[in-house]
Amino acid sequence: MTEVNTIHGSPGQKPAHKGRPVYLDYQATTPLDPRVLEAMMPFYTEKFGNPHSRDHFFGWEAEEAVEKARGQIAALIGAGEKEIIFTSGATESNNLAIKGVARLHAHHNGSPKTHIVTCATEHKCVLEASAALERDGIAITYLPVGPNGLIDLDQLRDAITDNTSLVSIMGVNNEIGVIQPLAEIGALCREAGVFFHTDAAQAYGKIGLDVDAMSIDLMSISGHKVYGPMGIGALFVRRRPRVRLETLIDGGGQEQGLRSGTLPTPLCVGLGEASAIAATDMDEETTRLKGLNDLFLNNILTRLEGVAINGDLEARIPGNLSLSFSDIQAEDLTAGLKDLAISTGAACSSATVGPSHVLEALGLSEELSAATIRIGLGRFTNEDDIKFATETITAEVERLRRVNPRQTSAA
Amino acid sequence: MGMKNPVYMDHNATTAVRPAVKDALIRALELTGNPSSVHGAGRGVRKLVEDAREQVAALVGAMPAGVVFTSGGTEANNLAIPGAGTRRVLVSAVEHVSVLKSVAAPEIIAVDSNGLIDLGALDAALEVNQEAALVSVMLANNETGVIQPVAEVSSLAKKHGALFHCDAVQAAGKFVIDMKALGIDMLTLSAHKIGGPQGIGALVLADDQTLSPIIRGGGQERSRRAGTENLPGIVGFGVAAAEALKNLSGFADVRDWRDRIEAELSRHQGVCIFGASVSRLANTTCLTMPGVEAEHQLIALDLAGIAVSAGSACSSGKVEPSHVLAAMGIEADEAATAIRVSLGWNTTEHDIERFLSAWAEVHARARASNKDRTAA
Repeated sequence: MTEVNTIHGSPGQKPAHKGRPVYLDYQATTPLDPRVLEAMMPFYTEKFGNPHSRDHFFGWEAEEAVEKARGQIAALIGAGEKEIIFTSGATESNNLAIKGVARLHAHHNGSPKTHIVTCATEHKCVLEASAALERDGIAITYLPVGPNGLIDLDQLRDAITDNTSLVSIMGVNNEIGVIQPLAEIGALCREAGVFFHTDAAQAYGKIGLDVDAMSIDLMSISGHKVYGPMGIGALFVRRRPRVRLETLIDGGGQEQGLRSGTLPTPLCVGLGEASAIAATDMDEETTRLKGLNDLFLNNILTRLEGVAINGDLEARIPGNLSLSFSDIQAEDLTAGLKDLAISTGAACSSATVGPSHVLEALGLSEELSAATIRIGLGRFTNEDDIKFATETITAEVERLRRVNPRQTSAA
Repeated sequence: MGMKNPVYMDHNATTAVRPAVKDALIRALELTGNPSSVHGAGRGVRKLVEDAREQVAALVGAMPAGVVFTSGGTEANNLAIPGAGTRRVLVSAVEHVSVLKSVAAPEIIAVDSNGLIDLGALDAALEVNQEAALVSVMLANNETGVIQPVAEVSSLAKKHGALFHCDAVQAAGKFVIDMKALGIDMLTLSAHKIGGPQGIGALVLADDQTLSPIIRGGGQERSRRAGTENLPGIVGFGVAAAEALKNLSGFADVRDWRDRIEAELSRHQGVCIFGASVSRLANTTCLTMPGVEAEHQLIALDLAGIAVSAGSACSSGKVEPSHVLAAMGIEADEAATAIRVSLGWNTTEHDIERFLSAWAEVHARARASNKDRTAA
């Protein structure tokens, strides 16, 4: 039980009734962990050097911090330090991985490969990067998903041809929280001799990831989805067997020539520290979130009829819920929940109106898709937040259904 | 390993954040919200992004809508130059490596012994054919501080219907920049060179320039640059831009100190200051210590607690001859004895004293050991 002025949803946040909403949108972004902030601050001020300055102490000090962070990231996924490339975020990592591998193989002189495989429920930036490749004459197979949001491994096997260079399948979906069978996908790709990239923006630090056990060749990582800072991410690029890439950003040749530009030392340190914390806390946090997730569902389902949970019920992270409420417009619902920060879908596209491509791929009707909200729980969510949220959501759903009854159902 | 309170004189590599930036960063880092989320938390931080956009635009006399936030200057150069999609790209020989390498084969326009672009050569190169072209010439050089005749460059570009991109990473915050008056179509900025945080920069567009994005995805930055906005970085950049603009006059001190360094050191025989006779940044001097390798100077100065550099802080760790000095026709032997001293917003007069005495000591020791060797 918490008291007034304790944490509600994000560090230092006052309870909702004191004016700030409860934050339940952890898939959009996570608050910075205060321990991460503490690790970062010296590198904004006294330890401000350019990590690429080779001529003096300020540079060496910054470089050492960057390399320590690289090691912390590598450790969380069982990678080697030299296999971690810093980027500005998962969007850049996804663009670099997908365009980089696909273009290099398409431009190969001896035996060009001009096909990649991805999935209909991938993040917008994976789909957009792939669409850009289509304009370059590279063919894309978009695998469908079942009603549970998971791909079918047989369909993946069938989609891979001699012309395929890359398979890109996300670890955890950002809208519905389902976990794709990474180890099985990796084994299949390895056997077929194609590279396997996974967008782990929502998986990193939330589920166990091991690049060797899962046969992952490239992995995209985001800082601000794992209680680290915005503006930093990483791409794991396997060295054995070596994955080669065409670059997106050229210049000073930093990051082994794969990504030029001055590394932002404080942000690298932040991602490193966030990774180290995740490594320590992951198991316990998963159990705790599972409890909060159960509480949330229990509170909703005992009060309301016509609620559907989207995505597989087993293969999912506990920090996410995608719920469809029959006879409700999700936009009306979120508009009525001023004390909750929740979303109707992915943040990047939520400013633009249109049904979610993820829910569509699950086979949801447009109507039900428009009746769906995304709940994201995380490190600073507590039981009071859940009680407050479920109370206000059920009350608002009941009110909306009363004022505007309809004849649909969330079967 | 530097001694206590080392003196930092490598501001062209990176700068410490200004106090006001630090305060803004801490506030922004403690906020939660994705600027693209539509709920209250998202809308609140969106406002901060847009405020920062105005501050950055004001630094270079642009419209806020023209500011595209990127991860830094290197990305902005890589977005602008290939992104414009012109058949030809013409650049000066002294551009930053992120400009030189942004496309496979840019046409290189020579510079004179002061590092200034050969305008006649640029005019002639543009005259050759009528293919769509982009000219990219920096406002000020990172190694020598030499300021290019950018208004003349843009006039030539306009005359031939070419686009003009200007890398203003080193110039920004050091003198007044008016994009429109200078006729710049696209301009690159980096926050960490002006007392802002690392990991954020911008490409500023004068008009609604069509660009082919390098990072695609959620449609942020009006689809010119996808990815969740780096909120603290953007806020810090905005405050740094506002502070730099407010403190432009403070660079008078910096100029006096730089001039004092040059006046004192040039009394020694054979010391050469590159670009000394042309317009330069107030904070930068690139000079030689005759007969003493830069590496040796750097080590000796580091032991005395002075941090300077031999050139740009880029990749490798391997010491390569500066392409900037080579383009100015400086012999490799002489270029190898050049160091760059760059002052910044938190440089003090005391720093100057310490540098001057450390340099004099290194110089005296080198001369003494030279004499010994000659005598032996």
